[in-house]
Amino acid sequence: MADPVLSIRDLSVEIPTRHGIVRPVDGVSYDIAAGEILGVVGESGAGKSMAGNAVIGLLNPPAHISKGEIWLNGKRIDHLTGDAMRRLRGKEIGMVFQDPLTSLNPLLRIGDQLTETMLTHLPISRSEAEKRAVAALEEVGIPGAAERVNSYPHEFSGGMRQRVVIALALCAEPSLIIADEPTTALDVSVQAQIIALLRRLCRDRGTAVMLITHDMGVIAEATDRVAVMYAGRLAELGPVRDVLTHPQHPYTHGLMASTPLASQGKSRLHQIPGAMPRLDAVPDGCAFNPRCPHATDKCRQAPVPRVSNGQAACWYPLVEEKVI
Amino acid sequence: MLAYIIQRVGQSALVLLIVGLVAFSMFRFVGDPIDNMLGQERTAEDIDRLRAQLGLDQPFVVQYYKFLEGAVQGNFGVSYRQGRPVAEILLERAPATLELAMVSGVLAILFGIALGVFTAIRRDGLLANVIMSGSLIGVSLPTFLIGILLIYLFSVELGWLPSFGRGETVDLGGWSTGFLTESGLKALILPSITLGLYQMTLIMRLVRSEMLEVLRQDYIRFARARGLRDRAVNFRHALKNTMVPVITVIGLQLGAIIAFAIITETVFQWPGVGLLFINAIQFVDIPVMAAYLMLISVMFVGINLLVDILYFFIDPRLRADRSGGH
Repeated sequence: MADPVLSIRDLSVEIPTRHGIVRPVDGVSYDIAAGEILGVVGESGAGKSMAGNAVIGLLNPPAHISKGEIWLNGKRIDHLTGDAMRRLRGKEIGMVFQDPLTSLNPLLRIGDQLTETMLTHLPISRSEAEKRAVAALEEVGIPGAAERVNSYPHEFSGGMRQRVVIALALCAEPSLIIADEPTTALDVSVQAQIIALLRRLCRDRGTAVMLITHDMGVIAEATDRVAVMYAGRLAELGPVRDVLTHPQHPYTHGLMASTPLASQGKSRLHQIPGAMPRLDAVPDGCAFNPRCPHATDKCRQAPVPRVSNGQAACWYPLVEEKVI
Repeated sequence: MLAYIIQRVGQSALVLLIVGLVAFSMFRFVGDPIDNMLGQERTAEDIDRLRAQLGLDQPFVVQYYKFLEGAVQGNFGVSYRQGRPVAEILLERAPATLELAMVSGVLAILFGIALGVFTAIRRDGLLANVIMSGSLIGVSLPTFLIGILLIYLFSVELGWLPSFGRGETVDLGGWSTGFLTESGLKALILPSITLGLYQMTLIMRLVRSEMLEVLRQDYIRFARARGLRDRAVNFRHALKNTMVPVITVIGLQLGAIIAFAIITETVFQWPGVGLLFINAIQFVDIPVMAAYLMLISVMFVGINLLVDILYFFIDPRLRADRSGGH
């Protein structure tokens, strides 16, 4: 395999608070190759978005990277600050946010927002940028792109706006896209279209994608590999089919079991007992141990093994027979 | 858009009609001016003659109609005290007030917006915090006190600037301006600071809080995520969104600057319409008071109308909503 576009090594993010330091991202490592889509799943507060923000350098102070390395196309970027980091944003790393209704500036024409972004990063003339803006809108499937460049965001529907947001994230041709819950705020019927669009564009361009979501359906549909996060730590990492059909970590298993399936009819939905620990009260040993049906004393004391090649962060990974 | 403007103009006319009624009512209810105008040595015939001459013997509705008819033509009758047409006196005084208000307004808007943006962007900076604390003085000190303090410091102690009057003025086709002489400009400094300080701090604090709100929005985060330069994010993306609510307040404050010039004009003996109004009150010179009231309300209504129209150019969403869009 060629060198990955993004490589995160043992990344930790810390936030000093009045109750001590909390660690929303704790020793996370993963790679994303060109043209690959990595799904990052987990409950709210599991650290999925925080890891994405760390990569693009948009952590809100006092949150900061406390440990680990981030490599982008062979360059280390975690220590970059100010203008050096800004030049990477948009140019090397694009980002798509959750809510297309609020991510576009309501007072600027979308064409202006596109050309502005391109002119910031690319050595092209204004007229060239305007041409590319129309092309970018066509590419994301906006009908009548030549006229629509002059429209304001409020003149588009939610799904169309998310297409515009994707066009904006991709317009300077970054090698990595961080899509933070890109379909969560959309109608179900539009979600699949947006996912398909994102998938197609990234495949065509060889863009690496970090797709952050809590929707297992989106994961199954769009991603190549999955990283499951729990309480800031990586629980499991592997090819999407393996993780979805043969989860090794009890948490992943619980997560899968609590995803409703149309084929199941009206049977009672599985719940993982308890709730994710608060970040200032993560238990010793495995963070999942209070909720885990298989937990032993070892899980409550010894630090769990790190996720490694096809191996979950668990002392007692589920083997196939155990899957219900 | 045209329909919207026509609607707003209609509302403005209604407001003016009501203010006109209030202004006119003063004639009826604030004493009898005839007593003041004629001395002790009056006869019954004198009183009747003057009453007829001023039209005060006619029914209420007729008088109101005549008042409005005159007001529309700029004719507010004759000043009881000076015996000259009110419109003439006002026109003579207007340049002083308008120049003062204009300088104060421009100062307040420029410094208010600049300091507001600065304190929002450098939210945790030392200088920004000093400015914010200092602005409390501007908000909480009454205008007359600020005026007196400035006079004490710059006129009495330092002797740099005049403490009263307009200095020399130059007559430009009926408009007497203080902009063209050194003493005129010097005389403008203290009154315009006094008049504009409150508005400046108000605008500054408003711009700051609106800007902080806007900087939290997703589209600002998205603009940063696209790697736009700080300058573009702060001024192109954030400031424009900040201005929508700020413009309303600025509009109202401009009206207030003209209206509240009364106090500043009194402190600095500034020969404008505000001082005229104060003197008119002392002498129950009702035509002057009524005309002043009308003048101020026309300004307020006019500025508000202008602000509403300005929205159209700033916020594209309004344009769409009014034309029946989605």
